[in-house]
Amino acid sequence: MGGVDLFDTSGSASAEGAWSVREVTRRARQLIESGLQRCWVRGEISGLKAYQSGHWYFTLRDAQAQVRCVMWRTDNQRLGPPPEDGTEVFVEARPTVWEERGEFRLTVKTLIPTAAGGLWQLQLERAKAALARDGLLDPERKRPLPAFPQRIAVVTSPDGAALRDILSVIGRRWPAAAVWVVPTRVQGEGAEDELCAALERLHRIPDVDVAIVGRGGGSREDLWVFNSERVARALAAVPIPTISAVGHETDVTLTDLVADLRAPTPSAAAEAAVPDRGAVLDTVDGLARRLGRSLTGQLDMGSQRLARTEDRLAGVIGRLLERSTARVDAVSARLDALSPLKVLARGYAVARDGRGRVLKSVAALRPGLDFRLTVADGEVDARVTKGES
Amino acid sequence: MKKERPTFRDELEHLEAIVRALEERDIDLDEALKLFEEGVARLKSARSLLQDAEVEVKRVIEQADGTIKTAKLDT
Repeated sequence: MGGVDLFDTSGSASAEGAWSVREVTRRARQLIESGLQRCWVRGEISGLKAYQSGHWYFTLRDAQAQVRCVMWRTDNQRLGPPPEDGTEVFVEARPTVWEERGEFRLTVKTLIPTAAGGLWQLQLERAKAALARDGLLDPERKRPLPAFPQRIAVVTSPDGAALRDILSVIGRRWPAAAVWVVPTRVQGEGAEDELCAALERLHRIPDVDVAIVGRGGGSREDLWVFNSERVARALAAVPIPTISAVGHETDVTLTDLVADLRAPTPSAAAEAAVPDRGAVLDTVDGLARRLGRSLTGQLDMGSQRLARTEDRLAGVIGRLLERSTARVDAVSARLDALSPLKVLARGYAVARDGRGRVLKSVAALRPGLDFRLTVADGEVDARVTKGES
Repeated sequence: MKKERPTFRDELEHLEAIVRALEERDIDLDEALKLFEEGVARLKSARSLLQDAEVEVKRVIEQADGTIKTAKLDT
């Protein structure tokens, strides 16, 4: 029946256009659901029936009225056994109409007996809703914790077991850190103010890498300050990553929701805040090995380059040498050929006068001139006996 | 508040950068040796930061004028 105008409540004016029962109940449901938001209702339980399927059906009543309720298994399974008839409860519920029966009904999402701190729980839910409205519970707000914190602030009681546990874990895992304790009461009168002031102090402590806020286990009342909306807002405003660790309980507090990380116990918070020294030393050892290998690599590269240069140099010198040797050989061969001794060996003779001048013409060899004649194997004295014939 | 010693994070980051440079870059041998020496120094410092350490625990005190000071905490 798409296209129905929800707010057209005029209905069918005549018998001809009569609505079916299905149409009128669906319209009633749509009107109820769009007109009444999810709300908290206080009342007394009666006639509760827990079915095999796990769903609970009951009536919520007070002196003047009553309303049928259903609580689905997925919503009631974390509550434990169903409350007895006559229990006064707060329920958070969505009003609707059960079309099959034409019955106005509440679909209950949350149920808290008023006797078991129901009012507190109600306040808590309201505070949570207010924080959510301001975006303080958004997952995108969560900041990553630092890998190697140097200075860790711990906001807790200086006398509590929580601090002892935190110090022992940090001492064992990451003793390179400094722990700065920001003392505060964590329960009872004045704890809320002190805790807010301590968180505000974190803005002014220099160089803090991460903050742990928490306390050891206790009763619901003992832990209650960690459910204060003021404390949660003060925690959300802390400018560094925060870890919330409240008690040993599975109960989640408001500070758990607002912090960057929720740890189930103070010891677990410390474990999350710091790395393990052994594991980090392994990383450092790995880097040391890589450093050694990388230098060897660089040296190899250097010596390879050197060897290549050497080879090239040797080649160049070799070729140079070869070339010069060939030239020397050629020159000496020519020198050899030109040697006067070689000429004399072929039968020539050199005539020189007494002053050693070579006598190269007939004119120089006048008759009667004494001169020396050099032949291949020595010199002899000679005389010109006759002029040119 | 003096910042005396280098932090472990600083040393580790430097060391990683040096190793990467030596692994990836074709560098001058002189520079490589210099980097290596620096790497060894950082390595030593990083190790000693972890090994010799003992957790320092202090108590934060806010003074009347709002300034922060620390004192020994008896545990």
